[in-house]
Amino acid sequence: MLDKPTFTHLPHTPGVGYKPQHFNDIISDAGSVGWLEVHAENYMGDGGRPLAQLRHLAEQFPISVHGVGLSIGGEGALDRDHLARLKHLVDWLNPASFSEHLAWSTHESAFFNDLLPLPYTDATLARVCAHINQVQDLLGRKMLLENPSSYLAFAESTWEEPAFLQEVARRTGCGLLLDVNNVFVSATNLDFSPQGYIDAYPLDLVGEVHLGGHDEDEDDHGKPLLIDSHGREVVDPVWALLDYTLAQSGPLPLLVEWDNDVPDWPTLEAEARRAASALANVTAEVAK
Amino acid sequence: MTTGATPPAAVNQAEFTRAMMDAAITNPKGLRDSQNRPAGRRFNVYRNNVAVSLTEAVLQAFPVVTKLLGEENMKGLAGIFLRAHPPQSPLMMFYGAEFPDFLAQMEQLAHLGYLADVARLEQHMRRAYHAADAAAIDPDALGALTPEELMQTRVDFAPALQLIRSSWPIFDIWRFNMEDGAPIPQAGAQDVLITRPEFDPLPQALPVGGATWITALMGGKTIGEAFEVANQDADTFDLSTTLALLLQGNTLTALHRKD
Repeated sequence: MLDKPTFTHLPHTPGVGYKPQHFNDIISDAGSVGWLEVHAENYMGDGGRPLAQLRHLAEQFPISVHGVGLSIGGEGALDRDHLARLKHLVDWLNPASFSEHLAWSTHESAFFNDLLPLPYTDATLARVCAHINQVQDLLGRKMLLENPSSYLAFAESTWEEPAFLQEVARRTGCGLLLDVNNVFVSATNLDFSPQGYIDAYPLDLVGEVHLGGHDEDEDDHGKPLLIDSHGREVVDPVWALLDYTLAQSGPLPLLVEWDNDVPDWPTLEAEARRAASALANVTAEVAK
Repeated sequence: MTTGATPPAAVNQAEFTRAMMDAAITNPKGLRDSQNRPAGRRFNVYRNNVAVSLTEAVLQAFPVVTKLLGEENMKGLAGIFLRAHPPQSPLMMFYGAEFPDFLAQMEQLAHLGYLADVARLEQHMRRAYHAADAAAIDPDALGALTPEELMQTRVDFAPALQLIRSSWPIFDIWRFNMEDGAPIPQAGAQDVLITRPEFDPLPQALPVGGATWITALMGGKTIGEAFEVANQDADTFDLSTTLALLLQGNTLTALHRKD
């Protein structure tokens, strides 16, 4: 294990998804950014610069390890080699948080590098819970599960997503990572109210909130089709949905994700500052 | 969610995968929009995400091959490659290990004989980048040995060290495409040593016999035994130059005196 301060929780401050090109900026002045999130898979090499940078950052910041490749919703068994790599990373880093997605990405050994959708059925529920139990037992810690961005629906689904996530958490003891941009994207794409989703969502189980940018397209009928691209600023309606959420939940760790067309540090830090002011507003409300 | 006698069509992940990776296959029936109409181009979001992200991964991994072929040609090749060889693990930094052999087998690229070896060089640069850290010996430890002691010494190498042998001038081709003002490649075989002095992999052309010597050292031969092997291969083998490259690259991690 690393010799570093132990951060047991993510703080109720903004964090950002860490990009190596921002290393020097973050080390010299992180501004409003109080913690960092890394994609687990990028730190599963044997050594070199990625792990050296992570070691350095972990001495100063609470780190959230966010997996993008475990395929928790996969019909097949979880990849044992990948689980072993994840355990190695988590044991070494002892991060403040570990999270993954309600999605699948691997089928019969082929990894597709995307978060693929699941039907919300009893069979999916049982499988996802079994996989989460396996991960939590192996890592010896609670994980957070993130809601997806949906572009389509499954005819066979019998659960609404908030209730499905709540039931996963009840059965496994996992926490939840609430991505409010994903809620907004899914709500637009599948014609439901994003505020209604938040009202139905078990906010007391949330350990982290994600914010990110999306792209706009259209479906075959000319209806808006939003795509979760993490390639631009968070849009105003998503900031408003964040305010709506925080007013009910109270302060939470907020993460700004910007993974494609990554901007310079001042642009990303400005997004974090906007998240800080959303937190300041809710803290003032709570104090009243 | 639907009522009636017929249960809604279920979609398993095999069916989803087949349609996602082959646009000629119709969308699985159970994928719908919010009004229970067929998902249509909504499903294409996944087709695009997967194809674009894996194509990007191939282009990022092989920047010199991309320059040599042109970006559009490379994207076309990557599109074929990713369907024939999807990643076998979520570690995208190692995706494309089969790409050099894939290039070698493309008949349309047979006139670019060097291409596969250039791809191999780029693939080994990535391996070096992510290889385990290792503390290098103090170069003075070698200088303190008598010539006889030196010849009877075995060495351990850092995991970052990589060796690529080619009958093409792959180092010159690589450098010409990566560095401004680099000389135009001349015909001839080149063996390339990749070291990682700190964090950035450094490729260098080896003198004649150098790769044979290093390969013999990796096989457990002493510096002197390996020198004999290299001399059979190339009677002008320059040991001190090659040894200096290894030392400067922080590739030697331990010395063992032959008993």
